[in-house]
Amino acid sequence: MDRRKVLEWTVFVAPLPVLLAVSYLLPLLGLFHWSVTEPSPGLGNYVRILVDPDIHAIMGRTLRICLLATVVSVMVAYLLAYHWVFGPLWRRRFIEICVLIPFWISVLIRAFGWLIVLRPKGLINDGLMAAHLISEPLTLVRNDLGVVIGMVHFMIPFAIFPIVSVMRQIDPRIPAAARGMGAGPIRRFVEVFLPLSMPGVIGAFFIVFVFTLGFFITPSILGGGRVVMLAEYIFTQMSQTADWGLGSALSVVLLLFVSAMIWLLSKLTRVETLIG
Amino acid sequence: MHSQGPGRPSTVFAYAAMIFLLLPLLAVVPVSFTSKRYLSMPEGNWSLRHYQELIEGPEWLGSIWTSFSIGLAAAALSTFLAILFSVGIWYRQSALTRPLVALVLLPMAVPPIISALVLYFFETRTSLYDTLGGVVVAHTVMAVPYAVVTLMVALSQVDRRLELASRNMGASLWQTTVWIVLPNIKFGILSAAFLSFILSWEEISVTLFVTSTEIITLPRRIWSGLRENIDPVIAAISVLLIVVTMAAVAVKLAVEGRSPLRRA
Repeated sequence: MDRRKVLEWTVFVAPLPVLLAVSYLLPLLGLFHWSVTEPSPGLGNYVRILVDPDIHAIMGRTLRICLLATVVSVMVAYLLAYHWVFGPLWRRRFIEICVLIPFWISVLIRAFGWLIVLRPKGLINDGLMAAHLISEPLTLVRNDLGVVIGMVHFMIPFAIFPIVSVMRQIDPRIPAAARGMGAGPIRRFVEVFLPLSMPGVIGAFFIVFVFTLGFFITPSILGGGRVVMLAEYIFTQMSQTADWGLGSALSVVLLLFVSAMIWLLSKLTRVETLIG
Repeated sequence: MHSQGPGRPSTVFAYAAMIFLLLPLLAVVPVSFTSKRYLSMPEGNWSLRHYQELIEGPEWLGSIWTSFSIGLAAAALSTFLAILFSVGIWYRQSALTRPLVALVLLPMAVPPIISALVLYFFETRTSLYDTLGGVVVAHTVMAVPYAVVTLMVALSQVDRRLELASRNMGASLWQTTVWIVLPNIKFGILSAAFLSFILSWEEISVTLFVTSTEIITLPRRIWSGLRENIDPVIAAISVLLIVVTMAAVAVKLAVEGRSPLRRA
């Protein structure tokens, strides 16, 4: 390329990376810096993460809730994806409506909707009380259950896209061949179809798991301050306790964990097949 | 298996899952029509008082306007920058392409809480903190990876010989872009702008960190309402947002003629 062409090219390509380098990459590196300099230089914050039992409890709870929400989301998404790919046309349309409308609606409104359904005087409790099935309202929210329900609801659409994409790439002649060779429906599903759709399941699992680890709106509203997970803990460290060193160090740990997960996903399955 | 389609038990579960997906959105509707001051079912006493409060109270209208203008500005900025970048990348691959694309897509891969911290540190050091411009910049950073991905997909379907033909006939890079490339990706551009607007309109994690008292976007006002006393006005605004979102998605599907599921 001659000099004029390089200049032209730079005018196109440069502005966005420059903006992101200044507004995003530099402060992200700053986060690493603060984690070893605030409040005093050294690895104090990381040592605290290694020894503090409260932080261990929060990390354990985060992993437990996120894994549970991920497994349930992927299972429900698999079921819906299967019906989307093989079900009759009108059912496919209905699934599309049920998946796309929540997908586009604000996370706050979705959490608020669950509050109305799950709270002590909410739809489910009132319904069960009116039917005389229970005499005391059940605790469905401000606990792990409420957080998991809200997260599963948020993540199902994200899990469906990669699974549908992989299921559509499965050659229908393969299960048909298994059928021709005398395999029953259960065997055809377990030994033929499920293994063929596994890349979608693995992709969905990692996408959902990584997403749930870092998001704090749904847990803070449906957990009501009682189910504090890592992201909300970082939020309070920063906004209330002003312990920037610890908050930064926890962010670095979360970021490294998420990067490891994304790396693992790229090793386990070809990412292109998930986008289709 | 396929010739028969899914079996009956699995169909029952699938419908249960669909009800699960719609339940929280449907539950909001009756609550918004309650005549009581607190969150409750109308139980025969339907009223529009919470919608009236929404229209008459200056705070809610103010926040809607704030969010709307921020959304338009962020969508314009992020679409403009994304067009320049992805068209530039499309014209000429270089050794820099991969690291530059990775940098641009970074905010999409990083957990939102960390993006929020990162942008907080950036804005408090550049006096953008708690200003309209600051929120626009923050929302642009968060939305632009999605705009870039959308445009790169659109560009991958454009015939590269069009560019060569235009250049051979003496058009400059700018003329080629404006007269040849952009008309070929106009649906991609509309899609990128729509996506950026929605992402900004609904953004809450980052907004919580880069604003305090001056700029109250609609999601921020809803967030405070949910954390303090839950006012049925939130149900009314939720119903309005659900209706607007459904209309917007319907328009988007009509324009593109396909859903992300079918593209998948």
